[in-house]
Amino acid sequence: MSAAGNWRLSPQPGEVIDRSTKVNFTWNGTAVSGFAGDTIVSALMANGEQLMSRSFKYHRPRGVMTATFFDPNCSFQVGNEPNVRGAHRLVKDGDVVQAQNAWPSLKYDVRSANQAVGRFLGPGFYYKTFIKPQPLWPAYQKVLSTFAPGGKPPAIGTPHEIFDKRYAHPDVLVVGAGPAGIAAAIEAGRAGASVILVEEEYEIGGHLRFGGPAELAHLATLRAEVAALENVEVLTDSVVSGRYDDNWVGVIQRSGVWSKERMIKARVGTLVVAAGLIERPFVFEGNDLPGVMLSTAALRLTGLHAVKPGTSAVVFTANSTGDAAIERLTQSGVTIARIVDARKGETIRRALGRGHVSGVELGNGSKVQADLLVTATGWTAPTSLLNMAGDRPVWDATAARFSPADDLPSTVMATGGILGDGTTEELIAHGRAVGAEAARRATGAAPVEIPDLGRDPHPALFQSSTVGFVDFSEDVKNKDVVSAAKEGYDSSELAKRFTTSAMGPAQGKYEMINTMAVLADATNRDFQSTGTTVWRPPYAPISLGALAGRSFEPTRVSPLQGWHEAHGVEPLIAGQWIRPEHYGDPQAEALNVRTNVGIIDVTPLGKFDIQGPDAVKLLNLVYTNQWDNLAIGSVRYGVMCAEDGVVLDDGVTARLGEDRYLMTVTSSGAATVWEWMEMWLQTVHPDWQVLITPITTGMASINIAGPNSRELLSRITDIDLDPQTFPYMKVREGVVAGVENCIVWRIGFTGELSYEIHVPASYALHVWETLIDNGQDLGISAFGIEAQRILRLEKGHLIVGQDTDGLTQAHSAGLGPLIKQAKEDFAGKQELAWQEARDGDYPHLVAIETVDPALVPPEASQIVRGNNEIVGRVTSSRMSPTLRRSVALAQVPKNLSTPGSRLTIVLPNGSRAVAVVREDLAFVDPEGVRLRG
Amino acid sequence: MIIIDCPHCGPRNSTEFRHAGEAGHKRPVATTDPAEWRYYLYVHDNPMGWTRETWFHGSGCRKFFSAERNTVTNEFRWIAPFGQGPAHTEESGA
Ligand SMILES: [Zn+2]
Repeated sequence: MSAAGNWRLSPQPGEVIDRSTKVNFTWNGTAVSGFAGDTIVSALMANGEQLMSRSFKYHRPRGVMTATFFDPNCSFQVGNEPNVRGAHRLVKDGDVVQAQNAWPSLKYDVRSANQAVGRFLGPGFYYKTFIKPQPLWPAYQKVLSTFAPGGKPPAIGTPHEIFDKRYAHPDVLVVGAGPAGIAAAIEAGRAGASVILVEEEYEIGGHLRFGGPAELAHLATLRAEVAALENVEVLTDSVVSGRYDDNWVGVIQRSGVWSKERMIKARVGTLVVAAGLIERPFVFEGNDLPGVMLSTAALRLTGLHAVKPGTSAVVFTANSTGDAAIERLTQSGVTIARIVDARKGETIRRALGRGHVSGVELGNGSKVQADLLVTATGWTAPTSLLNMAGDRPVWDATAARFSPADDLPSTVMATGGILGDGTTEELIAHGRAVGAEAARRATGAAPVEIPDLGRDPHPALFQSSTVGFVDFSEDVKNKDVVSAAKEGYDSSELAKRFTTSAMGPAQGKYEMINTMAVLADATNRDFQSTGTTVWRPPYAPISLGALAGRSFEPTRVSPLQGWHEAHGVEPLIAGQWIRPEHYGDPQAEALNVRTNVGIIDVTPLGKFDIQGPDAVKLLNLVYTNQWDNLAIGSVRYGVMCAEDGVVLDDGVTARLGEDRYLMTVTSSGAATVWEWMEMWLQTVHPDWQVLITPITTGMASINIAGPNSRELLSRITDIDLDPQTFPYMKVREGVVAGVENCIVWRIGFTGELSYEIHVPASYALHVWETLIDNGQDLGISAFGIEAQRILRLEKGHLIVGQDTDGLTQAHSAGLGPLIKQAKEDFAGKQELAWQEARDGDYPHLVAIETVDPALVPPEASQIVRGNNEIVGRVTSSRMSPTLRRSVALAQVPKNLSTPGSRLTIVLPNGSRAVAVVREDLAFVDPEGVRLRG
Repeated sequence: MIIIDCPHCGPRNSTEFRHAGEAGHKRPVATTDPAEWRYYLYVHDNPMGWTRETWFHGSGCRKFFSAERNTVTNEFRWIAPFGQGPAHTEESGA
C-alpha cells in the first residue's frame, strides 16, 4: 500500500457499503479487506492504495480518474478473468486481484523505460510501422505484444461460464436511470405501457445517489414510485450496447440473472435515451498522475463508498458539481488547499509529483502543495444511441458540449442531461413528460406537451498551456494530435485513427471532445467545422460469451439417435443434424457391407412429397434429365443445376402414382431445393398445379446394403423382392416389419445390392431393431456416414459440394449423359449448352490412383503443373478396405483428364506425390453387376 | 434489424426473410445468347433509392412477395402478394 492507514469515512447518508459484512481479497498477493458493496477500486482506496495500473504505452503509474465502469486505468485481472473494470465490479470474498500491464511489479515496472524511448512510439507509429516491408510485420508484432496491455485470458480447458439470451418487446425502453430516466419510466408505466428501465450501475438514481440531502430525498421518492409499478422492469448493472434499425435494441445484463451475463434483444416501441452526461477530463501536464481525478469521482468515492480520496486538495472548478465536490471534501475532512475558479478566469498549468500528485502549479505560476487535484471542467453528452438512430449532434458553444440535433425518428426521444440542464425538479418534470409521450407514441394515446430543457452556459475548457494526456487508455497526448494535424491528418476521423486517440476501451467517452478541441486549435478551426466522429455500436464492451450466448438454432436428430448413442456412435455434426459418423471402425463397417449386409440411418435425406397434374413439368424444369417417361413404380437419379449451369443438388425421385412423386435431395441441400422449387412455382409458373410437402422428418430412412440385403429384407416384408419383378431402380409400397405405408426402393449409392426404406418416423426404431434381430446370422452391422463415404468413393459416385464446388458446371462433373438439351426448358439449359460447345475445355472430375498405394493424399490437396502452377485439386480421398489401396477423385483440366495422365499432388508437408488418372470413375465393380444383382 | 410487413403474416423480423432479387428482370427465352443471358443473371440496377424487389418469407408463410423499398432508408413504400404491387411509376426506377 502506498499510504497505509484507514481512509474510510464515517457513515455517509447515501453510502452503498454494508459495514456489517467484511470482504477479504488479495491485491497483488497481499491480503486486503473491504465491505460488501465496495468496488475493487473503492476497497483498495479505503486501504490507501492509489496506484491501480501502469499505462499502455509508457507504463506510467495511473490511478482513479472517473471511478466508473470506463475508468481508463482501473482494469484488473481477477482470478482467470482479464480486463475486469475495477471501479465498477463489486469485490467478492476470496477474489484474487492482480494489476495488469505491470512487470515485474506494479511499483517497479521495467517497461516504464518506454517513457525515455517514447519518441520511437510517436503518433502514427502503427500507421508507419505496418506499411512496409510486410515480411517484417510478425517481428514488429512480437516486440509490440510484450508492451501490449490487458490481462491473461483463461487457460484452455477452463470450465466455461453460461451465457443466456432473451427477447423482449417493451412499449418503452428507458436508457439510464438518473432523475429524468426514472421519471420517464414512471410516467410511461402509469400510462399503461410496458417499460424496461436500464441502468449501468448497481442501483438506480444517477447523480442523485452521490448528491446532498435534497437529491437523496428526491431519489427516495422516485424509487418508491417506480417500485410501485409492476409494468416497469428495472434492470441494473445492465447496459444498452446499441440501437439498430426499427428500434432493435441490445441490452447486456451483467447481473441479476442466473447466467453469467444475458443479452436481451429488445424490439422497442419508443426508445427514451436518458444517458445523462459524462464528466470530461482536462488536458495538462501530469493530468494522469494518481491523485488527479474528476469532481464526480470525488463525489462517488466519498458519497457512495465513504472513501477519503486525499488529505489536501486543489479543486479546479467551472461548475456547480465542482463546487459540490469542494463542500463534500470539506465535510470529509480533506483540507481545501486552493480553489481555482475557471469562471473567474483562473486556471491550472500542471500537476507536480512523481508517482503521485504532490502539488499543483497554477496558471499564474504559483505552486500549491496538495495530494489531490480535482477538476470540474465540463461535460460530454454521450450521444451514441442518438447517433445510431440517425441524429448528428451539434456543438453548443455556449454550453461547451454537443447536444442532440433534434433530428430523431418519432420512435426515439431524449431527456435529462444529454438534452439540457435544470434543477432536479426540472429534470424530473421533463422526464415525466417524455415518458408519458413515449407511452403515447408506443400505444396510441393522446399527445403530451414536453417542457423545454435549456442548457446552462459553461466555460469551454479543454487544455492548459502544458503537454498532457488526451487519451489515458492509449497514452495519447495533446502534442501528438498537433503532430498528426501537421502531418496532414487534420480531419477528426483521420487524426483519431493516426494517433489512436479515442480508440481504447472507453472508445472516446472521455477523449473525443478534448482530441477535437486540440485539433480545432491546431488547425485554427471552430468546433463544429472540425466535426466529430460517428459513434457506432457497441456503446460498452460486450463479452464474447454474451454475443455467443445460448443458441436458439434447433438441433435435429433422427428417431434412431437413442439407438446410435447406446451403440457407441461417434457423432457427426452436419448442419443442424447430428448424424452417426461411425460406431468404432468405419473401415470394418464398409468391408462388412461389401461382404455381408449393413444398415445405415439416412433419415436427414431431404424428402418431398410432390403431387399434382403438373408435377412432372416441375421435375423436368428443375432436373437436367428427362422425366416424362418415368413409369409408375420406377425411380430415377437426377441432377439439378442453377441457372449458371452449376450443379445445385442431386438425388433420386420415385413415381409412386399417376401424379404423385417422392423426391429425395441431399440433407444439406434440402432447404435450398425446397425454396428453389417454390420460386419456380410461385413466381414463374403460378398456373401450374403442384403441391410440395416436405416429409424429411415425417419419414425416417434406412438404407440396407450388401449381398445379403435381399435375404434380410425378405424376412420382414410381404413385398415381392424377386429381382425379376423388383429390379434395380424400382420402388414398391408395402408392409415392413408389420409397419404399413413403407416405401422401399432399390438404389445403389454404395455400389452394392441395396434397398432404401422410408418408414413413418415413429416406427423407425422398431423397423431398425427388427432388421438387426433378423440379420444376426447374415452378418449384419450398422454402418455410419464415414463407411458410406468410403463405399461411394470406391464406386466413384460423386457428392455435390464435395466433388463439385460453386463453379462446377454439370459437364465438369461427368454428368453429360444426364443433360437433355432436347427438353424445351430446364434450369441451367443455356449455360450447359454453351459449356458442351467448349469441347471439353473445362475442369473434369476424374478418379486417380496414387503410385504409392499406401498414400492417401488429403482432401483439397492441390494438383500442380510445372513451376507450382495450381491446376486442380483432390476432392475426395480414402483408404479403400476393399482394394487395400488409396482411392481418390480429383478435378483436373482437360489436358490432364485423359486416362493414364500423370498428376503431381502437393502434400501438406510440401513434398510431392504422383498419381495416375483412371479409365473409369468406379474403382469397384465398374460394370454395376453387384448393385443390379 | 429491420421489420418487414409480410402481406400474409404481418410484421416480422427481417431474419425470417430472404431478399430474392430485383423485380422486373424477365428471364430470356431459350434461344438467348450468352451476352443477353449473363446480363440477366449478373447485371442488376442496384439503385440508391427506391427499388422494386422480390422477398421470400422462408421462416413464415414461405411465400414470395413483391415490394418497393428505399435502399437508403429501408423504408417500404408498399408490400404486396407476388406480382400484385401498384403499376410502375417514374420514380420507382426498375
Ligand atoms: Zn409471411
